[in-house]
Amino acid sequence: MWFASPADVRERLSAVDYLTDDSIATSVFLAGALGKPLLAEGPAGVGKTQLAKAVAAATGAQLVRLQCYEGLDEARALYEWNYKKQLLRIQAGNGEDWDATHDDIFTEEFLLERPLLRAIRSQTPTVLLIDETDKADVEVEGLLLEILSDYQVTIPELGTIAAVRRPYVVLTSNATRELSEALKRRCLYLYLEYPAPERERDIVLAQVPAIEAGLAEQLARTVATLRALELKKSPSIAETVDWAHTLLALGRTELDAETVGATLGVVLKHAADQTRARKELAL
Amino acid sequence: MSLLDRHVGFVHALREAGLPVSLAEGLDAARALQVIDLAERESLRAAYASTLVKRPSHRPGFDTLFDLWFPASTTGLSGSRTEGPEGPGGSEGDPDALDLETAEVPQLRDRLAELLLGADGMNEFARAMVERFGRQTAGPGRQNWFSYSVLRALSPETLMARLLAEVLAGRERGGLAEKVARQRIGENTRRFEDAVSTDVRRRIAEDSGIERIARSAVRPPLEQLDFLRVTKADLARLRREVHPLARRLATRLTVKHRLGHRGRLDFRRTVRASLSSGGVPLTVFNKPRRPHRPELVILCDTSDSVASFAHFTLLLTYALREQFAKVRAFGFVDTVDEITRFFVPGADVAEAMTRLAAEADMVRFGRTNYGNAFERFAERYGDAVGPKTSLLILGDARSNYQRPALETLRRLSEEARHVYWLNPEPMSQWDTGDSLATAYGEVVPMHECRNVVQLAAFVEELA
Repeated sequence: MWFASPADVRERLSAVDYLTDDSIATSVFLAGALGKPLLAEGPAGVGKTQLAKAVAAATGAQLVRLQCYEGLDEARALYEWNYKKQLLRIQAGNGEDWDATHDDIFTEEFLLERPLLRAIRSQTPTVLLIDETDKADVEVEGLLLEILSDYQVTIPELGTIAAVRRPYVVLTSNATRELSEALKRRCLYLYLEYPAPERERDIVLAQVPAIEAGLAEQLARTVATLRALELKKSPSIAETVDWAHTLLALGRTELDAETVGATLGVVLKHAADQTRARKELAL
Repeated sequence: MSLLDRHVGFVHALREAGLPVSLAEGLDAARALQVIDLAERESLRAAYASTLVKRPSHRPGFDTLFDLWFPASTTGLSGSRTEGPEGPGGSEGDPDALDLETAEVPQLRDRLAELLLGADGMNEFARAMVERFGRQTAGPGRQNWFSYSVLRALSPETLMARLLAEVLAGRERGGLAEKVARQRIGENTRRFEDAVSTDVRRRIAEDSGIERIARSAVRPPLEQLDFLRVTKADLARLRREVHPLARRLATRLTVKHRLGHRGRLDFRRTVRASLSSGGVPLTVFNKPRRPHRPELVILCDTSDSVASFAHFTLLLTYALREQFAKVRAFGFVDTVDEITRFFVPGADVAEAMTRLAAEADMVRFGRTNYGNAFERFAERYGDAVGPKTSLLILGDARSNYQRPALETLRRLSEEARHVYWLNPEPMSQWDTGDSLATAYGEVVPMHECRNVVQLAAFVEELA
């Protein structure tokens, strides 16, 4: 059992500075209780990857991360034979017959373990983070489906390896493409939105302890206003925190129009977005 | 109703509303119910959502139905029970709390003002107000519930000016501070209106059964919204959806191009490679495929009746600019003007639309006239259409009983490589009234395109 209840999730995650709300706490609890993978989807910068790290930190589990990208294949995600080493071993062989050599070069020593296999074989509690699943090709989804349904892998030369303890699996996605229905059905789904201003204020206070509560409040409200504009890229939580650091460094205690205008580049990274914000907010 | 019956009924209602809930997912939800505290309503909601709702666009419908099947259990009038997200709020333990049953309207508006500035207890207050102002007798022993009478009695939107004055406390108006305050109060006003309509639905369900109201209460998810029925708020949400949708489509298209038809045999490379295997071509090499990128010309009806459809489609094609060699757009009502210039890369989307309506010369008399528009287009911009061009016509083919100019359209379609017509009207309404759908459809293949799903499918076929 990973967590005792949603309230327990809330408490232990906030101890490692990750502030949750009802839906996050419940989904994180259920993923552990039902032993199902958790798919966290949402815009960039709402703390999806951070969530997996926080779960690992709060439970003392080790974190195994598989970063997905276009062209990721089984050899990079699951396992590979170290064939260079195998060649050396054969050349260094002292006249054994083929069978002995064969039995020798397909052993543990020559196996390159990749994140998925490492998570499955791990003896200790493990959080497996499969990051940016939407960037991977569709074939990888098939592989994930297979592994996430029975948590076992078959390696022809070694036989079937089943998980001793099921890892806690978190998949993240920015929804740049639709993941397959089959994969979604297998997972619990958590849509992470930008946080409500109250929660974002608390996040800023947790991350930047030196800031005054009033200013953090103003920051969170202003960022919420910016996100309501139709921007190309809305400010992420990390950018809000950066903004708080910037204001501290500049020694500002008040977020007035002039300050916002001067530091807008910290939160908006597109020229068109900045122009729009200046116009809409009369900066 | 036992918990099991309620669960089964709820899952069934979700399916009726168009959410694809599989059997396995229903079982997951049931298993989740065994491990969470059922008295925590927000936990229950989150448990159902994470097991059954796998798409953000399905969430609003889910929430509406959840509130019907698992209603909050107070009327809000008698001592408020606290709820998950509201925290300890309401009027408990507060000596000078307002008695919501007897208080006068001005006092109630004061309380609402506090709530709109972020005080706790919004939901209880909304329920109490529905109890007081939402009831209308519909005959002996029968009653109806309405949210508009509640909103009329308290009129939250007229509190804005007063609240702004309170929040800004003498700071200058019209600046950043006001914008931020407006945003927050507007957000809370919407929350209050939602809370009222949720409670009204709950009461109607109590009187006349959940299933009856469930069918009418849920709006279809965003991607299934009918283009001709979108509200202003929907349009803003759709606009926000354009970029993600375009990104998804673009990814799909590149994948398709990569997988589809390999190029022709690269003879030279294959033979060279075969030298190392004694002249046996073990590996065959193909030439990379030249991606076919059509030039796109969009001719679009920008009259009011189909404006939202035209806008959305234009935005989408512009977001997909990279998929085409060149994109030119023309708008018409009864005469034609090129509107490509409003969509320069990096331009602001919402602004482009307003400028388009104000500056482009698309209207002479103000009534849609397809025939005239086609003729003007052929004589003024005929050179835009050539053998590499895909011509895309958007409109409902309703021409106010004017000449259709079929010949001109036929000439245009012979010039172009492909021609398509997207019609946002349901097929059942084609040819009714002044619709020339079939007449035009004989010249140009006409597709029904009523929502984002259909549009996305079409774009994928086009590129």
